[in-house]
Amino acid sequence: MDIKEIKSKFPIFSNKVKGKKLVYLDSANSSQKPKVVIDRISNFYSKEFSNVGRSMHSLAVTATNRFEETRDLIKNFINAKFREEIVFTKNATEGINLIASTYGEKFIQDKDEIIITELEHHANYVPWHFLRKKKGAVIKFAECDKQGEVNIDSIKKLITTKTKLIAVTHVSNVTGTILPLNKIIDLAKTKKIPVLIDGCQGASHLKLDVQKLDCDFYVMSCHKMYGPTGVGVLYAKKKWLDELPPYQGGGGMIDEVKKDDISFPESPTKFEAGTLQTAEIVGFAESIRFIENIGIKNITQHEKEITEYGLEILKKNNSVSIIGDPKERSAILSFTIKGIHPHDIATILDDDGVAIRAGHHCCQILHEKMGIPATARASLGIYNSKEDIDILNESINKCNKIFNN
Amino acid sequence: MDLKELYQEIILDHGKNPRNKKKCDGFNKDAKGNNPLCGDKVHVFLKLNDEKQVEDISFEGEGCAISIASASIMTEIVKGKDYNVAKKILENFINMLKEGSKPSINSLSDNENTTIMSLSGVKQFPMRVKCATLAWHTFLHAAEDNKKVVNTEK
Repeated sequence: MDIKEIKSKFPIFSNKVKGKKLVYLDSANSSQKPKVVIDRISNFYSKEFSNVGRSMHSLAVTATNRFEETRDLIKNFINAKFREEIVFTKNATEGINLIASTYGEKFIQDKDEIIITELEHHANYVPWHFLRKKKGAVIKFAECDKQGEVNIDSIKKLITTKTKLIAVTHVSNVTGTILPLNKIIDLAKTKKIPVLIDGCQGASHLKLDVQKLDCDFYVMSCHKMYGPTGVGVLYAKKKWLDELPPYQGGGGMIDEVKKDDISFPESPTKFEAGTLQTAEIVGFAESIRFIENIGIKNITQHEKEITEYGLEILKKNNSVSIIGDPKERSAILSFTIKGIHPHDIATILDDDGVAIRAGHHCCQILHEKMGIPATARASLGIYNSKEDIDILNESINKCNKIFNN
Repeated sequence: MDLKELYQEIILDHGKNPRNKKKCDGFNKDAKGNNPLCGDKVHVFLKLNDEKQVEDISFEGEGCAISIASASIMTEIVKGKDYNVAKKILENFINMLKEGSKPSINSLSDNENTTIMSLSGVKQFPMRVKCATLAWHTFLHAAEDNKKVVNTEK
């Protein structure tokens, strides 16, 4: 695999940042976009744009076909059983909110329990907190250990007859831990508890087969998958989508509207109120093709190689402490430097063109658990190379120099 | 943009060895600042006497070198000053970071002027201005009994 060639497909890398070559290590936050995706959106607006699913004219037919093609591509990409199981949202956050709202409305009663983990991004906690406030739900946190692992037993011991949902991340956006999803879902199945997976850090890095995985819900953000912002995907088993009430009300999601009642169509229409991010959804088809052309297994392999190299280099750097030490780690390396706050690290790295994220990464529960207010995080995409890690390491040394460490 | 201008010796020193980082005895006013996106927190303790003079001031908190140094410098600068003078310094300081104007305070000694000017480099790093201003705004809230938690990210 020629990473240089793949990287050349991303126009952003031809720009300089502060006169330096861009070393982009913030893909867990949002990935960069290949030219095919940018061009597709532009071409769609130039040549094919119209609203979808409403008008009878030729443009509307073309636009609708392109739009629905993306749904088919996603279905195949994650190996869903039916295309109706793919619901477009604005991002993974909205996917979780959709489930919290609809599943919560129908199935959560006072004192019912929802299990999440201490690793969760706020997006997989706050929506459940709303249910705690509205419905009296109880949120239980499965513990993560110092390595950043969530042991299956820590989930097992929280399950009671009141457990109505287990919602866990696929990959921690701080420690990079790949959670033991098969074990978690097997366990949940024996107790007939549905499982939601926050796939934000999984979808563009790891092979996904939702039928094999057998989760009930899986959410993704397309902007982390070399795709446009404003688009997310909620995968849900058809039986749930049939059973759950609509989420938002508006145009496009109705069956029949009368003065005294309204009926609703089947999924996915039922959950897609109003005009969606049409051009972005059409553009996202190119992101999936881009990933598939490289091959998700090749992406996993490449990122693993760079992650391992990163671990090796940063572990040799005495000033650096790496956060977590999971057995299975995806493309994320969070770290601290003794005596230097992560925000200062990020500012100094930025001066070298190295883009990382610093802060609590929307994981305050985890940072509190680890006893650190903030971390610096380097996260990888297909365009990263060992050279990027070397530049990161040199820039870390510069931090130490500036702070006289 | 020059990192050396941002991380000057004075700032690094105040960041590593912050002055007045404690809960001062006899404080009669306090206020909190919190920048939730980046996680910087500050709690300012103020002893304002009947003549509206800053008799003592201190802070507690956590954050980056810029926010800690700025809090430390703020306590050194305003301690002993009349509140109205301190407020004027604060306004000038904020203007310096936002507009780039030079603070023109007759009431500052040369030493104080050098110290406060060490933070002028922050202006070139717009993402960090909020770190440098947090403690100063929090001081203002404390003095004016404003119980609202300060947030300079907005």
